[in-house]
Amino acid sequence: MRRVENYMKLFIPALSINEGLSRNAVASFVAGLNPTIDELSDIKCAVSEAVTNSIVHGYKYTQGIIYIGVKYYSDRTVIIEVTDKGCGIENVNQAMAPLYTTDTSGERSGMGFAVMQSFMDKLSVRSRPGEGVRILMTKHLK
Amino acid sequence: MNIKIKGDIDHHSVKRIREDIDKQIRSFMPVRVYLDLSYVDFMDSSGLGLILGRYALTKDIRAKLILTNPSRRIKKILTLAGIERIIEIEGDDKNEAC
Repeated sequence: MRRVENYMKLFIPALSINEGLSRNAVASFVAGLNPTIDELSDIKCAVSEAVTNSIVHGYKYTQGIIYIGVKYYSDRTVIIEVTDKGCGIENVNQAMAPLYTTDTSGERSGMGFAVMQSFMDKLSVRSRPGEGVRILMTKHLK
Repeated sequence: MNIKIKGDIDHHSVKRIREDIDKQIRSFMPVRVYLDLSYVDFMDSSGLGLILGRYALTKDIRAKLILTNPSRRIKKILTLAGIERIIEIEGDDKNEAC
């Protein structure tokens, strides 16, 4: 049976300057498993997407706390949680559809969830309107 | 016109990058805009938004947008969004950034 080998918890204010901090902190933590460059890059992109969603959509640029939890297991599975207590998502399936965006300026691609889904092995999104979003992402390292 | 982007392209940095690029394009009204991605260390979907927005801008002024030298990692996200179906991409993929 696999066991948790290491974990980290990070609480950060929902500020865009913390997007780089969060992906680099997770990458530094996961680096302990000697992942490939591609695996590490996939994880960084996925974390960046999840944290950006919390800042832009969850808290809509207002104050709030984003929780990032990372665990890795003896079988080299990495599970990353990104949770916010923002406004939540009304329709998760719609939000996850590639190219879907609430942005009308034409400057956002609507590919955030598609990146998380494609770059990680498993993605789970739980949300209730008004209560925030919990994203769980799993990556099995070689 | 050749525009080099350096560093990380994420939601935090993209506003400044967008303003800088648009200022250059609007000042010089080029026929071709080469967006050089050689020095991009990291790019997430905010970069896709940046590229699609610049594609719309160049189309408006009847110019052509060409992406150059994306790393293998950046090509992966460009492919995911199907960017190469609408925007020409030139150059090698020796760069290893995300």
